[in-house]
Amino acid sequence: MTTHIPNPEKQEYNITVYTENQIGLLTRIAIIFSRRKINIESLNTSPSEIDSIHRFNIVITESENVVSKVCRQIEKQVEVLKVYYNTNEDVIWQEMALYKVPTDEIAEKAIVERLLRENGARAVVIRHDYTVFETTGHREETDALIHKLQPYGLIEFVRSARVMIIKDSEGFNRKLREFESQEPGHEVVENEYLNSADKVFTM
Amino acid sequence: MDTAQQELTAAEQKTGIELSGSQAVLEALIAEGTDVIFGYPGGAIMPIYDALYDYNDKLNHILVRHEQGGIHAGQGYARASGKVGVVFATSGPGATNLVTGLADAQIDSTPLVCITGQVFAHLLGTDAFQETDVINITTPVTKWNYQVTDATEIPEVLAKAFYIAKSGRPGPVLIDITKNAQFQKFEYKGYTPCKHIRSYRPKPIVRREYVEEAARLINSAKKPFILWGQGVLLGSAEQEFKTFVEKSGIPAAWTILGAGAIPTTHPLNVGMLGMHGNYGPNVLTNECDVLIAIGMRFDDRVTGRLDKYAKQAKVIHFDIDPAEIDKNVQTTVQVWGDCKETLPILTELIEQKQHTEWLAKFNEFTRQEVEAVIKDELFPSSEELTMGEVIQQVNELTNGEAIIVTDVGQHQMVACRYAKFNNTRSNITSGGLGTMGFSLPAAIGAKFGAPDKEVIAVIGDGGVQMTIQELGTIMQFNVGVKILILNNQFLGMVRQWQELFNDRRYSFVNITSPNFVKVAEGYNIPGQSVNDRESLKSALKTMIEHDGSYLLEVMVTKENNVFPMVPQGCSVSEIRLS
Repeated sequence: MTTHIPNPEKQEYNITVYTENQIGLLTRIAIIFSRRKINIESLNTSPSEIDSIHRFNIVITESENVVSKVCRQIEKQVEVLKVYYNTNEDVIWQEMALYKVPTDEIAEKAIVERLLRENGARAVVIRHDYTVFETTGHREETDALIHKLQPYGLIEFVRSARVMIIKDSEGFNRKLREFESQEPGHEVVENEYLNSADKVFTM
Repeated sequence: MDTAQQELTAAEQKTGIELSGSQAVLEALIAEGTDVIFGYPGGAIMPIYDALYDYNDKLNHILVRHEQGGIHAGQGYARASGKVGVVFATSGPGATNLVTGLADAQIDSTPLVCITGQVFAHLLGTDAFQETDVINITTPVTKWNYQVTDATEIPEVLAKAFYIAKSGRPGPVLIDITKNAQFQKFEYKGYTPCKHIRSYRPKPIVRREYVEEAARLINSAKKPFILWGQGVLLGSAEQEFKTFVEKSGIPAAWTILGAGAIPTTHPLNVGMLGMHGNYGPNVLTNECDVLIAIGMRFDDRVTGRLDKYAKQAKVIHFDIDPAEIDKNVQTTVQVWGDCKETLPILTELIEQKQHTEWLAKFNEFTRQEVEAVIKDELFPSSEELTMGEVIQQVNELTNGEAIIVTDVGQHQMVACRYAKFNNTRSNITSGGLGTMGFSLPAAIGAKFGAPDKEVIAVIGDGGVQMTIQELGTIMQFNVGVKILILNNQFLGMVRQWQELFNDRRYSFVNITSPNFVKVAEGYNIPGQSVNDRESLKSALKTMIEHDGSYLLEVMVTKENNVFPMVPQGCSVSEIRLS
C-alpha cells in the first residue's frame, strides 16, 4: 500500500495563456497536463480584449519546477502566443457562483437582507417560484453561502472557473493591441456542413 | 483533363483558375519541391488519388504495403535528404496506422507532412464508415495538425504545414482533409509558401551575452567535454560544429541521432554516449569540469541516473527548443537558438587549444574497452559469428560511405557502435521511440532521399517480421536497398535484460523466423543466408555489388550481450564492461 505524502513544494499556480482562437487548441493544451497526470483544478477560456486572441486561466497544484516545465511545453505550441505562471500571492482572483433557492422558503424563513449583505451577494432574478443569487469571491466565500442556503432548500448551484488578473502586468493590454494591429488574427473556420447532410452528394 | 499550371499568369492570380481541392493539394506539393510521396489509397482520399492520376509526370508516388511502412519511408526519406517527407493515407484505419510513425517522428524531430483523407464534413461525428477522430488521436504526436473542411483553405494550410514541419525544431504535421473539400472546386490563385506565423517563433533570438558566457566557461575549463546530438544535423551545422570542435580541441561524443556529424575517425570524436555507448564518454561525463551539450536533449538513455549525472560539471546547453533546456539537466549557461547561428559566434570567442592530457584519458578508456569488449566483438575467437564482426566487414566493404538504417535492439546498438560514418545523415535509426519495424520501410525512404548512396538496412530477426510486407514495395518499385538481417533467433535485447536482471527467465523472447531467403525469393529479391566466417565476406560483397535489392541473412551467436552497458537506474560512471 502506498501512502500519500503531500509535497511541501506544491502550491496553487495560476497559469495564463494567450492563444490564437483555434479549434482543437484546448485539447493540445489540456493533454500537456493529462499526459503528466496533473489535475486541472480550474480552467477558464474566453476571448481576451482582442477578439481573435483567447486567454486561458488554468489552476493547478504543483511545484514550481513542474509548473515552469509545463509552461514551456505550452508555449512551444504553434498557436500559443505567451504563457505566464503566478502564485496566488501574485494575482487577484475571483470565482463567480449562482444559487437558485425557492422564493417562499427564503422569503419566509431567512433574513434575506442580512444573508445577502454578509455574503456580498445580490439577487439576479426574483420570481414567485424561485430566486437566483449571485456572489463573487474566493472559494471559501462562495462555499460559505452554499452552507447558509442549504437549509432553505437550495435547488441548484453553479460556480465558474477562476479568473484572475496578474498584479504585475504593466503593458499587457497595450502589447496585445499592438500585436493585433501589426498583424490581425484570422477568423476560425468552422464546419459549415453539419446541418446540410441531405443536400450533399456522398459516395 | 489537363493538369493545372503551377505558374499562374498575373491575370490568373487575380481572378484565379478553377481547381479542385485535390488538385490544390498536389499543386502545393509540387511548389514545395516534393519529389516523392509514400502512400496508400482508400475511400476517403480517392479524389486526391484521382487527381494524382493526372500529375503522375510531376509527382512520384510510391505505393507502400501498409501505412506504417509509408510513414517510416517518409521518415527515412526526410532523414537521408533533409527535406520534408510526404505521406498519404486514407481515413480511419489508414490514418490510425500512421500513429506509430508520427510518434517516432515527433520524438526524433523529423519533418513530415502527412495528408489523410477524411469522411465528408457533414458526416463528422456520425460514426460514418472509416471515420476516426484523427485530429484528436494525433494531437499528442504531431507538432501541428489541422482539419480542412473547405477547399479554399488548402493552399494556405499546406503552406503552413510545410513551414511548421521544417522550421525550428522540425516535426510531423498532419492535415486531415474531408472528402467534400477534396472534390470542391474553387478559384485557385496560386501558391504562396509560408514564411511566418504570428504566434509561432521557430527559433529563439540569439542572445550574444549567453554565448559570451559560454565562451568564458569553455576558455577557463581544464577538462571540457562536448556532447552533440541531432540538432547539429537538423541545423545543417556540421561544418560550423567541426570548426568549433577543432579550434577548441575538446573531445566530443555523440548521441545515436547525432552520429556522422563529424566522421567516426575524427581524432576528437571520442565515441558514442549512453546505455550502450563507449566506456570513456560515459565515465568521463562524471569527471569533466564543463559539459557542452549541443543540439541534444539529455534523453534518459544518455544520462542514466540523473542525480548522479555530471554533478561536478558546469553545464552549457545549446538548443533551438527552449523547452529542452533545464528539462532534465540543470544548466549553468543556456544558449537558446539555432546552432548554425550560435556556433560561429562561439568559435570566434574561444581560444584555440589542445587538451592533450584530457584527450589521452579518453584514449586510455578506449584501450580498456577494446581489450575487454571490442576485440572479442569485432575479431571473435569463437566459431560463431558476432553482430560486431558483420558490421566491421560492412565497414571494410563500404569504407564508411553507406547509409546504415537500423531497427531497434541489440543489432541497432552494435551497428551504431561499430559502423563507420564518414558522412552526415548516414545513420538512420529510431532513437527516441525505439520502433521495431522501422528499418525496412525507412531504408526504402532513405534510398529515395539519397539515390546515389548505398543504403543498407540492418535489421534483427524480430524487427524485420514487423514490417516485412514492405518487401512488396521494394519489388514493385525496384528499390535498391540492401537488407542485412542479423539473426540470433531471439528478441535479443529483451533476452539480454532477462539474462542480466531477471535471472535468465527467458519469457517469450524465443522467436521463430521464416526462411527469409525464400520469403525474399517470393518477392523476386535475391538473397542468401550464411552462418560461417568463411562465407561472410563474400556474401556481403555479393550483396553490396548486386545491382538492386538483395537480402542477406547472417546467423549470429544466440546469446551474445551488448556491452558496455549502463544498467537502468545506474549512473553513467557505473557502466559495466561485462
